[in-house]
Amino acid sequence: MARYGMVIDTKKCVGCMDCVVACKTENNVPEGYNRDWIVYVTEGKFPDVHLEIQSQRCNHCDNTPCVSCCPTGASHVHDVGKVVLVDHNMCIGCKACLAACPYDARFIHPDGYADKCTFCIHRVEKGELPACVSVCPTHCMYFGDLDDPNSEVSQLLASRKYHTLLPEAGTSPRIFYLI
Amino acid sequence: MQELTTTRHNPQIDPFTHVWGWEIPVYLFLGGMVAGMMIISGYFLFSKRYKETTCACYTLPLISLILLSAGMFSLFLDLEHKLYFWRLYTTFRIKSPMSWGAWILILVYPVIIANFLMGPPDFIVRKFPKINLITTFINERPRLIQNIGIANMLLGGSLGIYTGILLSTMGSRPLWNSSILSILFLVSGLSTAAAFVHMIAKNVFERELLAKADNGFLIIELFVIMLLLVGLSTSSAVHISAAKLLISGEYAPQFWTFVIGTGIIIPLIIQLLAVNHKIKHTPVAPILVILGGLILRFIIVYAGQYSHYFNAHFN
Ligand code: SF4
Ligand code: SF4
Repeated sequence: MARYGMVIDTKKCVGCMDCVVACKTENNVPEGYNRDWIVYVTEGKFPDVHLEIQSQRCNHCDNTPCVSCCPTGASHVHDVGKVVLVDHNMCIGCKACLAACPYDARFIHPDGYADKCTFCIHRVEKGELPACVSVCPTHCMYFGDLDDPNSEVSQLLASRKYHTLLPEAGTSPRIFYLI
Repeated sequence: MQELTTTRHNPQIDPFTHVWGWEIPVYLFLGGMVAGMMIISGYFLFSKRYKETTCACYTLPLISLILLSAGMFSLFLDLEHKLYFWRLYTTFRIKSPMSWGAWILILVYPVIIANFLMGPPDFIVRKFPKINLITTFINERPRLIQNIGIANMLLGGSLGIYTGILLSTMGSRPLWNSSILSILFLVSGLSTAAAFVHMIAKNVFERELLAKADNGFLIIELFVIMLLLVGLSTSSAVHISAAKLLISGEYAPQFWTFVIGTGIIIPLIIQLLAVNHKIKHTPVAPILVILGGLILRFIIVYAGQYSHYFNAHFN
């Protein structure tokens, strides 16, 4: 069974926010809310300063604190690609999952349920790419099956250096940043 | 140096997580206090104190029912999708403390009601005289009463511990991520309940007993708080910075003043003098203890949401 993940080349990302806009349009994300966003990480001491631009979203973790804490089963791991999803009709809006996610990837939709990135599963199931990936003008994002050693994502991870966000939080995130 | 600039601005999430407002600390406080009352009342049933008509075990169940319902209402107010509330009870999620809590609350009610039916207040008996049948049935069976006592103590204990587990299982918030938190909330629940009974008890023996017990609980609470802070301060960098929030950071003034100072130390001194008959029993100490317990929940819930893996990098 597939295990979807995303690989993002920080050497190519220019922080143009096209992915953010694409997601908002594709998923009808309400005004003032974000399913994905850009983070500028500046590290080091002058003159030895390094800037990395990261397109961030739900990491569709392998260990999912957001799913285990959910009292209704609304938050779940989807059969297709082990994508982490929220069933809007089952969610009671208790916000446990918002508190449990170390990446603050979730928010409460104005309609009352927990919401977040879905890896555009509705597109992926039709054989398309997530909106953010397909729209990126620098082609810095790759999407695919991490369990398939021949997939583009697996090949990239095998050949390049990368990091994930907050590995110390123990969630085994599935968004990888090439460096 | 590390500096993060983000374009995200989700309400309740940025600049720092604040998904739970006053409702959750109030719910945790009331849940903890009811847990303490169940343990105390259960103990009185078990130790046969119920034979005295002035025993607090006759007044505590009704107060517990009211406070617990108020707590559950407060939890209900916090839900963003209120109409779907019932979904909590169509499933049981073994890994979700909130699911456990929802079911524990359902189990707690019949046990408190059984305690309540042992000696319901007159105004209720007058309205529903049939209740007397159940009351007589229970009172003729001392074994049953002791079992009701045990059930109260067990479920009270689970309720008290659960209020802490709810937070402590969240690895994402370093301040909460300590199993000591459940012991802290249990002891604090016991101490607020003991203070409350101390304040309202008609029976002089019970008043003295609970004032003494409360002194014990307050001392244990101080110890447990110390363990929590030591545990966090000797852990990873994010846990250290979480502990600092209480020790010297954002939440330190409120924490030292209201939780430690007026919530534990001052009432402890007053109650020590009172049980040694140096001064008279007054409601001052119990009120301070109860307020301290409430503020403790507020500070832990708020500071916990403020404590974070990312925020820790800024310090
Ligand atoms: S990033 Fe957060 S919301 Fe997404 S799967 Fe991981 S813990 Fe859950
Ligand atoms: S807010 Fe919804 S999805 Fe999140 S834990 Fe609560 S019920 Fe589950």
